[in-house]
Amino acid sequence: MTVGGIFLRLATAATLAFIYIPLFIIGLYAFNESTTQGWPISGFTTAWFGEAWRDEDVRAALWLSVKCGLAATAIALVLGTLASLAVARHRFFGREAISFLVILPIALPGIVTGMALNASYVRFGIDFGLMTIVIGHATFCIVVVYNNVIARLRRSSANLEEASSDLGADAWQTFRYVTFPQMRTALLAGGLLAFALSFDEVIVTTFTSGAEQTLPIWIFTNLARPEQLPIINVVALAVIVLSVIPVWIAVRLTREPTGAGGRAAAGAGH
Amino acid sequence: MTSVPYGDAPRREGPGRRVSSFFFHHPRVRLGALLASPLAWLGVAYLGSLAVLFLTAVWSVDSFTGDIVHEFTFDNFRTLWEEDVYRRITTRTVALAAAVTVTDALLALPIAYYMARIASPRTKAILVVAILTPLWASYLVKVYAWRIILAGQGPLNWALEPFGLTGPGYTTTGTWLVFTYLWLPFMILPIYAGLERIPNSLLEASSDLGAKGLGTFRRVVFPLAFPAIVAGSIFTFSLTLGDYITPQVVGNTNFIGNVVYTNVGVANNLPFAAAFATIPVLIMIVYLTLAKRAGAFENL
Repeated sequence: MTVGGIFLRLATAATLAFIYIPLFIIGLYAFNESTTQGWPISGFTTAWFGEAWRDEDVRAALWLSVKCGLAATAIALVLGTLASLAVARHRFFGREAISFLVILPIALPGIVTGMALNASYVRFGIDFGLMTIVIGHATFCIVVVYNNVIARLRRSSANLEEASSDLGADAWQTFRYVTFPQMRTALLAGGLLAFALSFDEVIVTTFTSGAEQTLPIWIFTNLARPEQLPIINVVALAVIVLSVIPVWIAVRLTREPTGAGGRAAAGAGH
Repeated sequence: MTSVPYGDAPRREGPGRRVSSFFFHHPRVRLGALLASPLAWLGVAYLGSLAVLFLTAVWSVDSFTGDIVHEFTFDNFRTLWEEDVYRRITTRTVALAAAVTVTDALLALPIAYYMARIASPRTKAILVVAILTPLWASYLVKVYAWRIILAGQGPLNWALEPFGLTGPGYTTTGTWLVFTYLWLPFMILPIYAGLERIPNSLLEASSDLGAKGLGTFRRVVFPLAFPAIVAGSIFTFSLTLGDYITPQVVGNTNFIGNVVYTNVGVANNLPFAAAFATIPVLIMIVYLTLAKRAGAFENL
């Protein structure tokens, strides 16, 4: 093996360690027996999991996060699919602008999107709550569904849909028996990624949640309270697991890692 | 297509069929129906909100009542330009974003090169998932993990102690380290994709012509990968510019995001916050224009 080859292997291993060690440390601290956060950890316990589960605020926050995630995902699925069908299957003036518009909420710094929504809610007297959070989350989740579905539509030919029409199917039948089965896994993957994105979003949410607390907002507001740290550790581990599982399923479903990287590829139509 | 469920899909007559056939013969109407709701949401509601935000930037706050005064004024921008502290914060934020971007590019190149050109297809697939997963794992939890790691009694100081060193703690250096960590996957994936597109024949030609490994990298690989690096830098740069949580959790200095956040909340001066928030947007517009010229958009 050449010197360059050895260097690249070592660098790859070191980079992976750099990426994963902090995540493992969070995992370890969730089982930390002590209420202080010192290292090395003196003993292990699973007691904090029970404490976290019995904590009313944590449960309320978890439930709110799940509701927001589901609602935002549902809206993103509908709007993302409609936009991707329009862009992938039609030629029209302003087509590029649609792709740009879909990407904009995630391409701009989160603080800008958050403030823009905040300023509008205040301007038009909309009360902060579940709905205002969902509007914000749905806005930046559309791109994830859009990227996944449009990648699929670009690879599947429009000829099949034309053949279906030629054979006498109406638009609804063509959608149901031809277009939809082709998109199904892309939709599922897009939906899972949208849920993962919504579930741990914090920057836009701080501007749109008012007094409500999603799970990440709960973590953020409790960081300053030392007595809450053991519970935060457990919640942190739970949030990681709950956001990573949908991503793994989505990657398996699409078998196209770059398409699933909708977030990395946010500025993009793959 | 052998098993089309014919029984489930009878030739329908009636209003549904007529609507469907109308759409078929009027593609413009069909397009309109598809685009209506996404455009209403993003084009009207979202762009409208952005318009409200930027309009707010040229308003002001009545210092007695705290209400927003709807009169055109450039005072907010004048304050940003004239007061030393805001100029310093802007420079500091841009410098940090640049530092994070360069560090991420340096860290991402070796692993991306290994993934794209050396790893077996199987290893490559595993590595892509290994980089993609942490990219989606909760941002806030990752910042929190670093709060634990950088703590005085934390793992980093414990690991460095035998060498007589201490970690950066909650400082600007710590903030730089955490940002570098957070956005690294956003840099690795575009560079990996860019490197994978380079044809083998070019590298073979380079070595046939006598270039050593490093020479090939400098003269062939790097120039070809450059647009992909710029593509990745869009994320590392933009995400750092607007962030206010990381400096708050693992740092001790204010950046643009912190000042904006304080003005929305505690200081209750939305017009000033809006004015300051236009600065990262303007910087990003310039950055994106330059990135487009470098060919980065084909690598996104």
